[in-house]
Amino acid sequence: MPAPLPGRSEFNRITPSEITPEHLYLSRREFLAGGSALLASTFALSACTQPGSTPSPSATGFCDSAFASKTTDELGAKLTPCLDITNYNNYYEFSLEKEDVAPLARNLKTSPWEVAVGGLVNRPRTYGLEDLLRKFPSEERIYRMRCVEAWSMVIPWLGFPLAALLKEVEPASTAKYVRFETLHDPKQMPGQKAGVLNWPYVEGLRLDEAMHDLTILATGLYGKSLPPQDGAPIRLVVPWKYGFKSIKSIVKIDLVEEPPVSAWMEASPREYGFYANVNPDVTHPRWSQTSERRIGQLERMRTLPFNGYADQVAHLYAGMDLKKFF
Amino acid sequence: MRRPGLAWFQILVHIFALAPLVRLLWDFTQGQLSADPIREIQLRTGRHALDLLVLTLACSPIYNVFGLKAALQLRRLFGLYAFGYASLHFLNFIGLDYGFDLALIRADVADKRFIIAGFAAFLILLALAATPIEGMKRRSSRNWRRLHRLVYAAALLAALHFVWQTKADFLVPLLYSAVVVLLLILRIPIIEQWARLPSKWLKRRQGNQSSSQSH
Repeated sequence: MPAPLPGRSEFNRITPSEITPEHLYLSRREFLAGGSALLASTFALSACTQPGSTPSPSATGFCDSAFASKTTDELGAKLTPCLDITNYNNYYEFSLEKEDVAPLARNLKTSPWEVAVGGLVNRPRTYGLEDLLRKFPSEERIYRMRCVEAWSMVIPWLGFPLAALLKEVEPASTAKYVRFETLHDPKQMPGQKAGVLNWPYVEGLRLDEAMHDLTILATGLYGKSLPPQDGAPIRLVVPWKYGFKSIKSIVKIDLVEEPPVSAWMEASPREYGFYANVNPDVTHPRWSQTSERRIGQLERMRTLPFNGYADQVAHLYAGMDLKKFF
Repeated sequence: MRRPGLAWFQILVHIFALAPLVRLLWDFTQGQLSADPIREIQLRTGRHALDLLVLTLACSPIYNVFGLKAALQLRRLFGLYAFGYASLHFLNFIGLDYGFDLALIRADVADKRFIIAGFAAFLILLALAATPIEGMKRRSSRNWRRLHRLVYAAALLAALHFVWQTKADFLVPLLYSAVVVLLLILRIPIIEQWARLPSKWLKRRQGNQSSSQSH
């Protein structure tokens, strides 16, 4: 039985009408930019010739038209700069080096793209990405992203609640968990040629976690379609769990009866549990879980239980020993 | 300089050892230390410290095998630079990263074996760097030598520190560990004697040649 869907949280809520679709504001920008286009491109050229400009060219282009409706999250923390979000990525399918991911992922073919939703559901279906975008309108969600490696970002995602998709395929009464799978294509994803993890990357959620309103399938960030290095064309975002739960470039979603074994649980079961809720009380042998470095600022900050979303999600784990179910 | 030629070697070592620091400072001013500069500083200083520590350990075997005296004369310099980078590594950790917040450090450090191993290695290097060389060497040569054998413990701990902090790709840290173990094996007395054979043989041959030439 799926748990009842919790009431929509007040914070971060933006009605779809508040968000200008990408193509509209892009054309507005083009109009504004029209006269100064030549000047701008001259500047861009001179900027590129300067020795040692960090961002890869593709990411620079992406961030030129970055857009977010707010400048902070609901706790008042500033959004992480677009260039950091698109150039500092943990995506082992491409590289173990965070800054090598963007250039290596540049040519990932994200269209056409299909997501097969099946398993214990009454109406299994394979969706084309366009179907998903048409059926489930995107909304902006500004979420903190806390990596298990003790760094964090604040990211303005575009996406839709996973619950909307799950309701459409009608989970069977025997379905208790959701299993997600990333694309497996070593030709496009050179990191998959190395045996760092057992590919494809697999993640899982309990059904009530998956149905929670905070859980989204993201298809964009900073007002634009997701760039490949951030999990294009569609990825999971579960903001109260460590970043590795938010699986990227999803091709398969299955409803299942038993808890799925995630790629990281398989690689190191003592270090990575199924739940992986952000929890300062569960230590890790390598990284601090009591504090974190917010990318773009110098001081360390205390890590909040459930990454600051305790009010919305703590009830999901009532009565559970979260040190045991880490 | 007492020995001609020594200064030249030393200058090369200074340049070699300081170059990564210069590059680090340059990249810092250029904003080239990734989105997470504290981590980048930590990774680079740690790697340079370990590189220099390995070079320190390599000096004796290089002297034994090739009979290169200069290697022995540079050992101390490599060691001091290794300590220098280890200090930057340590200071970046407690200062820039943790802002000298001792309560936070204590909460985070206690259960992290990689930090304990790294800190132990740092304390050993500190002790070795702090021992006054010439005076103490003269006064009790044996004790000084015994103390300085701890550099092998420091290197093993540093290699362990590297392995234990690794998340997924163990190749490089395991290679470093293998090199450290190999350098340690080369100091086992019986192996050390074998290792000396080529240079001894070379010396003898040179000696014979020069003596036959003089006839």
